[in-house]
Amino acid sequence: MPASVEVPTQPGAPAPEPPRRPSVGTRLISLVGELCIIAGAVIGLYVVWQLFYTDIVADREQAEVVDNLDWAYTGPITAGEGADDGPLVIPAELRLSPDTAPVMDEPAFGETFATFYVPRWGTDYVKPISEGVTRTEILDVLGIGHYPDTGMPGALGNFAISAHRTTYGKPFNRIAELQDGDALVVQTEEAWYVYRMTDDLIVQPTQVEVIAPNPYDDAAAPDSHYITLTTCHPMFSAAERYIVHGELEYWAPTGNGVPPEILEEIPQP
Amino acid sequence: MIFPAVWRILPGPAWLRVVLLLILIAAIVVVLFQWVYPWFSVTFDIQDQNVEAVP
Repeated sequence: MPASVEVPTQPGAPAPEPPRRPSVGTRLISLVGELCIIAGAVIGLYVVWQLFYTDIVADREQAEVVDNLDWAYTGPITAGEGADDGPLVIPAELRLSPDTAPVMDEPAFGETFATFYVPRWGTDYVKPISEGVTRTEILDVLGIGHYPDTGMPGALGNFAISAHRTTYGKPFNRIAELQDGDALVVQTEEAWYVYRMTDDLIVQPTQVEVIAPNPYDDAAAPDSHYITLTTCHPMFSAAERYIVHGELEYWAPTGNGVPPEILEEIPQP
Repeated sequence: MIFPAVWRILPGPAWLRVVLLLILIAAIVVVLFQWVYPWFSVTFDIQDQNVEAVP
């Protein structure tokens, strides 16, 4: 029995030679490959987060905000079949002239002070409007934001609001479907304000005159009760802004039913 | 390189390593979704819907 046979298995003997390590070049290439895979996964996940996850989180948050406003109308916004079905409609004599519209004081930053109804976007469309237009505090979370120092609902001047067109609950996703004459309805604790769309345009992000008190002539004094919606254009881009203007048709105190406009069933695409 | 190293560092039998790996991936996704992506999106202003004076 030759002793040399047992030498490799003796304790303390050098272990059998491990498989040869790949060369530096090969290892470098596999490292780069792995980093590419990780980068691809992180970027892919970003798209998933932006397009789907932000909507889920923001929709839940905004629905909760509306539910917590005890004055906000969230009842059925579809008219019943018979005359007695469905919610009470504001009688004609309570649909008052814009000149007498009550105007609330501007609330504190971050406060939700109104709700927004757009029949063109479905009779179940209701979103909160909050003070301020910063992304992290307002638009990414609460939905629609009101430009500070622009008019409040019903004001002689311009009630200017902003919201995402895509992602984060996308309150203004279907802004391009709006047509002249469409109702844009705002409810505050005190009153309903029914605006009618008059105009849409696409501007550069720097054209702040669209939210001036008189959006058609920023040097002139306000001559009507305007509403202005701003959102991004084209979709998923920050290159331009999509603007919708409207004018107040009438207002009505709350507690006397709902404006018939928000019950209007417009065929959805 | 990275992937084999992670596999080596994780303890236990293969099934336990797979479980640990899934937990690790889930934790990374949570961190990305909650903090990294919101920070990135706001910092680089990929989409903005306000009109404002030239910054």
